[in-house]
Order: sequence, then C-alpha cells, then structure tokens
Amino acid sequence: MKAFRSITARATVLDRPDVDTDQIIPKQFLKRIERTGYGEFLFYDWRQDPDFELNRPGCDGARILVTGPNFGCGSSREHAAWALQAYGFDVVIAPSFGDIFSTNAHHIGLLPLRLAPDEVKELMATIGGGGEVTVDLEAQAILDPVGRVLEFEVDPFIRHCLLDGRDTNGLTLRHEDAIAAFEARSPSPVSTAPL
Amino acid sequence: MAKTLFERIWESHVVHETPGEPALLYIDLHLIHEVTSPQAFEGLRLAGRTVRRPDLSIATMDHNVPTLPGPIEDPLARAQLEALRANCEEFGIPLCATGSGREGIVHVIGPELGLSQPGLTIVCGDSHTSTHGAFGALAFGIGTSEVEHVLATQTLPRPRPKTMRILYSGSLPLGVTPKDAILGTIGRIGVGGAVGHVVEYAGEPIRALSMEGRLTICNMSIEAGARAGMIAPDDTTFAYLEGRPATPSGAEWERALDRWRELSTDDDATFDTEIAIDVAELEPQVTWGTNPGMVGPVGGAVPDPAEIDDPDERAATERALAYMGLEPGIPLQEIRIDRVFIGSCTNARIDDLREAARVVDGQRVAPTVTAMVVPGSAKVKRQAEEEGLDRVFERAGFEWRNAGCSMCLGMNPDILAPGERCASTSNRNFEGRQGAGGRTHLVSPAMAAAAALAGHFVDVRETAAARA
Repeated sequence: MKAFRSITARATVLDRPDVDTDQIIPKQFLKRIERTGYGEFLFYDWRQDPDFELNRPGCDGARILVTGPNFGCGSSREHAAWALQAYGFDVVIAPSFGDIFSTNAHHIGLLPLRLAPDEVKELMATIGGGGEVTVDLEAQAILDPVGRVLEFEVDPFIRHCLLDGRDTNGLTLRHEDAIAAFEARSPSPVSTAPL
Repeated sequence: MAKTLFERIWESHVVHETPGEPALLYIDLHLIHEVTSPQAFEGLRLAGRTVRRPDLSIATMDHNVPTLPGPIEDPLARAQLEALRANCEEFGIPLCATGSGREGIVHVIGPELGLSQPGLTIVCGDSHTSTHGAFGALAFGIGTSEVEHVLATQTLPRPRPKTMRILYSGSLPLGVTPKDAILGTIGRIGVGGAVGHVVEYAGEPIRALSMEGRLTICNMSIEAGARAGMIAPDDTTFAYLEGRPATPSGAEWERALDRWRELSTDDDATFDTEIAIDVAELEPQVTWGTNPGMVGPVGGAVPDPAEIDDPDERAATERALAYMGLEPGIPLQEIRIDRVFIGSCTNARIDDLREAARVVDGQRVAPTVTAMVVPGSAKVKRQAEEEGLDRVFERAGFEWRNAGCSMCLGMNPDILAPGERCASTSNRNFEGRQGAGGRTHLVSPAMAAAAALAGHFVDVRETAAARA
C-alpha cells in the first residue's frame, strides 16, 4: 500500500452530512474486476450537475477533501476508497466516518482524518473556494490556509502502518504460529466442506 | 467480572494481542459473493498466497444475477460471475452457484444452511453481514482488502469497538413489524447514531420475535452506523437451527446447545452506551428522504425544512426533498408510487413473503403500479411455492422472480427509471440506490403490499387484511 507522511496540497469542500458510498461510487461501476481505474467514476451522478462542489473552479488538482459527518456511511465497497484515491485525494477530513470506509481507507493509504465538528466548519470557511492545506501525519497537525495549526488524534498503530506503507497481510503472517495454535486449541465449530 | 455477549465472543476469538496494536481476531466463517471478492483473489495470486481455510469459506452468486430466466446479457456481470466460479475452483471454496438450488442472497443462505450459528465470528465483503448477529454471532461487513486478509490468514486485526445496548420494552402493536421497529430506532438515533459500536438488541419485544424478525433487525444495524448488531440466542434460535444442513446432530447437537446457552449478557454487565425504546407507541414507518434515518410514522407528514433549526439538518432535508420530489408537509399517505419491490436481505425470507401475501390475498395491484417479489434464496422460493404464495402474488398482479439482491441495489437489470417512485422492503433509500434518479421509500413487507394495492401509502392496519 501507499505510504503517507505529509502533504501540502489544494483542499476542496463538500459540506454535506452522511455522504454514502453509493454516491461516492455508484453500483454500476462495481461490476469491474480490476482494482484500478475508478477515479473517473467518483461521485458519478452528482458530477452530472455543473454546480456540484467538485465541478467548481479551483477544485482541479485537489488532494484533500473536507466534508461533513458520517462520510462513507453505507455499503462496504472498497471501490469508494479506491475511487477517491484514483481521483487524486490523499486525505479526507470530516467530523466522523463510516467504520467500514475508514478501515478500507487505511488499507490503501488514504487518510481519513477526524476533527471536531466546529474545527471542520472553521477549516471549510478558511478554504472557501480553494486553498492550500498541509496535513502532516508525523506531527499530527494540519496547517490551514490562514496559517493556523490544528492538531489531530490518530490511532498510533494506524499512524505507524500509514507512515511505513505496511501491508497488514504481511504483518499478520508473522503470527502464523499463533494462528495455528489457536486453530489447534479452539477449532471452528462449523465447516462448509460437506455443503 | 460481568460480561456482555459481545465481550464473551470477542475474548474467545483473540489469537494474539500486542499492546498498542489491534487484537488479531479469528474468523470462524467467511461468506463470499461476486462483487467484492475478485480483487481479493487477484491479490492472493499476486502475492503467491493461498486460501488458509476454504472449509470455513462459502460463496454465492447474488448481487448481479438476473431474476428472470435466461442467459446473463450484461457482459461485465457475466465476467464477474465467471471470475467467482473460477476463483472458487482454483482455491477449493464451495460455491452455491446459480441453478444449484442453493443459491440466494448471501445473508439469506448463511442462516438457512445452518452455518450462521451462535458464538461465531462471521465476516463478508458486504455491509449487511450484521444480519447474522441475530443468532448471537459477532458478524460484520468488511472491504476487499480485508476479504483478502481473511482468505490468506483466517484472521483480522481489529481495534476493540465500543458497546451499545438498545433495550426495547412494551409489545409491538398488531400490524407493526420488526422492520418498523428498526426503522423507528434508526429514526431516533440517526444514521450515524451507532458508529464505532457493536449493538446488542435486548428486551421482551426482541425475545418475542421469530428468527426472521430478528434477522431484519440485525440486518439494518449498519444503517445506524453500527459495526455489528446482535441478539442473544435462546430457544427460538435453537429451534430454527435444529436439523439444518450445517448444524450439528446427535450428541454434538447437545454439546452445541450447552455452549450456546452460555452466550448471554450478564445482568450486571455494562455498556458504553444504553438506549431505551418503548415499542408500544410505534406505528408502521415510511421513509421520506434519502437515508434510512429520514423516516416517520405512516400517520405523519413529510417534514417542513422551515421548521428545522439546525442549518445543516435543514439543508440536508431540503436536498432530500428536492431529490425525492416531495413537498413539505404533505401526508405520507398521499404519496403515490409507481413500483413495489418486495425482496432483499432485509425482508425476503419466508415470514416476510407470508406477511405480504396475507395483505394481497384476493386483491389486485393498482393499475398504475408495477410490483415484484424477489425471494431471498432458491430455497425460500421453493418453500413459498409449496405454500402457494407465488399464486397469491401472481393472481394479485405481482411478478414472481428468481432469487437475488435484485432491485435493492440495482446491479442487475431490475432498476427504477429516473423519477420513478418505489415502495421497497430493502434497506437503503440513498439517492440512485435502485437506479439513477429513482426514488425509494423503505417500508415493511406488509406496508409495501398494501401500497401496491392502493397505489399510494396506506396504514396497513386499516386494510381489509387487517380487519379480517
């Protein structure tokens, strides 16, 4: 997966609550069996509207998305995180996220970053129609377009994995002996083999 | 120390714990479907890894499959289903393929095969995996990277979630269903109300429910943002499981019962969050907006954004009403519908079809409405046909289809046209969920059936079937 340390980039605002993964990547694009190429389908239906936030001038090249609470709620489709990343986003800042979306994002090196609701509103105001923001994962700090510093919390393990760009499959396979011991000690009571 | 049901299951599945890292959790059962798995299998191949426990994995074809007989015309859907078949063959995973007689929606076949059992950890690359928590299992949806992780290791690294109990009291009034209870709950706590939590549903009204009703409740846990939803197992659970293909028999069955009876929350156990809901006042529910929390009682009206103080909530309501093509303040019962969909992992089990059939029996679908029933699995379809429910629906003017996810998410040809309005027994009324520009109202099977007959929403408690 992609490592993440620090970026300084244009930020864009999508001030809507409860943006669900059906909006981020509609279902007709989930039939593909590839992992790449979803960027052009990001917010596909919403982007048909010329006034949609991401269609406004000043959004080109944005790598930081600032949005409302419960972003990424709904379906488990990792395609939503793939689409955001392929479109060019490295960070999504919101007051809260759908749990499955957050986990999916961590796995591919897209950083979902939580700030308090009033901090998000202030950040949205300072970005306005466009502005540069720095997100520094090492320092756990955001530098907003008017030079203010916002500190953020992030799970230390997730931070560590993102900084290193580490594959969790590889991490888990270090524990192969523990998994085998667990299977010997408490075998799963079901089996699909005879079905 | 007093423990919750969740804590009992969690603690018995921790393979390894390092301070400062998530726990490594063993996964007892991995359910697989065609949409979220191809990239995971490809990842395994690229890394030269294999499937650790194909005997704890099972796959089905559900999201893309057409519900009318005949070949799959969509080349992308066909390729995705073929990829699943090839991946299952390559890695030795049992597949309930279309036409095998065992196919169906992943969250319908797990329970009906007897695979979804108390005390298990169950995952699937699908957010409605919370459904299986109805058996007293810890069941949750995962993304494709995690599907790959489970295939390779049969484990998942997981931070410990918070716990929430929703304690119901009273008894569900006649004509008010489990779907209304969970929609009413989401309306109260909001679509983000349970984020970060595993929810245990408890109280007498839950104990009184059939397994089908409990599955409907747990299914929609994700619509409140919950990681998982669960219900402690009891005699209803055990009676449902006995004699199913994957449940133990003989002395093994007795031992399983002894284990399962230990799976409950201690009286003095504590939760991070507690919510109490009296169901006695609950009415049948109808969603009016673009998420499941935008819901109200059938006797109510579409809200007026002008009366909402919070600017964000007001803006979201205005946007939802614009998308839904609804005027503020109109009674929900005046909303006319074009389509009715009875189906999905929320409400396509045999009990759901019986509930709808009772309402439509001897009546006719309104001439302005196109209505369809999509059973949750091939087995549900066969059972319904044995009971004559297919004829009840067809005589009333419903289409009787083959099993699949169908119009719940419209990945197959079953979609709404732009602007069409649907009374749906599914779980999500997001914009475009059932087809770009389509408008979805979530209801119970009985309410969907009653709306099909009337051509608009009605209070099912006031229909002929309720009076009979």
